[in-house]
Amino acid sequence: MIRITRKVEFSAAHFYHNPDLSAEENRRVFGKCNNPHGHGHNYVLEVTIAGEPDPTTGMLLDLKELKDILQREVVDRMDHRHLNYEVPELAGQIPTCENIAAVIWKLLAPTIRRGTLDRVRLHESPDLFADCAADSTNRAGSGA
Amino acid sequence: MKLLRKVAMNISPKISLTRRYRFAASHRLHSPQLSEEENQRTYGKCSNPLGHGHNYVVWVTLTGPVDGATGMIANLGELDPFVEREVIEAFDYRFLNEEVAEFRATVPTTENVCREIYRRLQKFPRARLERIRIEETSKNSFEYSGEHAKGNSLGVTPL
Repeated sequence: MIRITRKVEFSAAHFYHNPDLSAEENRRVFGKCNNPHGHGHNYVLEVTIAGEPDPTTGMLLDLKELKDILQREVVDRMDHRHLNYEVPELAGQIPTCENIAAVIWKLLAPTIRRGTLDRVRLHESPDLFADCAADSTNRAGSGA
Repeated sequence: MKLLRKVAMNISPKISLTRRYRFAASHRLHSPQLSEEENQRTYGKCSNPLGHGHNYVVWVTLTGPVDGATGMIANLGELDPFVEREVIEAFDYRFLNEEVAEFRATVPTTENVCREIYRRLQKFPRARLERIRIEETSKNSFEYSGEHAKGNSLGVTPL
């Protein structure tokens, strides 16, 4: 099996707030991330596809097609947006790195026509990333 | 293919969180179980009696359920001070061989530093420690996922 990874970047604003918690609890749990004015990050997304290369083309999938998918599904939705208010898929969720990675996984999984989505890695900063990855215990084969 | 795609869509993926930390420390690779000549042959310039140092980069990976109330596997407000207390304060700007008790009897190779940091951070109460990855230099990195891990990437014998 071969894995290929494509990287894309987007910039977005967010803040952390749980309406079920008091203002004091929100400040305690989320610290400066609770600032209601929001703050932002340059997110770096790495998407990995796994599968067998097509014997005719030698390619697992057309990277141009993957680039277009990432632009349409992720960048057009999230770039220069406020994640708390402008991305319906995140409605009702706190836009943490973990939750955003899971939403991106759900958006991308049905769009991959060759190979299978293996891992979504979302870097919030150079010091922090979340992985959403096919669990090896229930992986559905190469799917090529 | 349609069926496979449908199956792939239904995979529930596993989520993990990885945080990067740094410390700078000196060490010397020298085993009392080896002769001077063997030490020299095994460790080369890393056995220089006066020691040498690295800027270590430590990647800490945690897994576990994403808390519905916080959207988090682990709150960095809790993880950062825990790592600071358990690892950074003990290792940063230290001579590992003499100032970290565990390395008085164990050679502080980065394999062993990986295992020691894993042991210390395994006590983090809020999430499961999945992996410690240490970059000793920009060319060398080491990973440890516990002795239970299949194909333990260090491939070393437990202490």
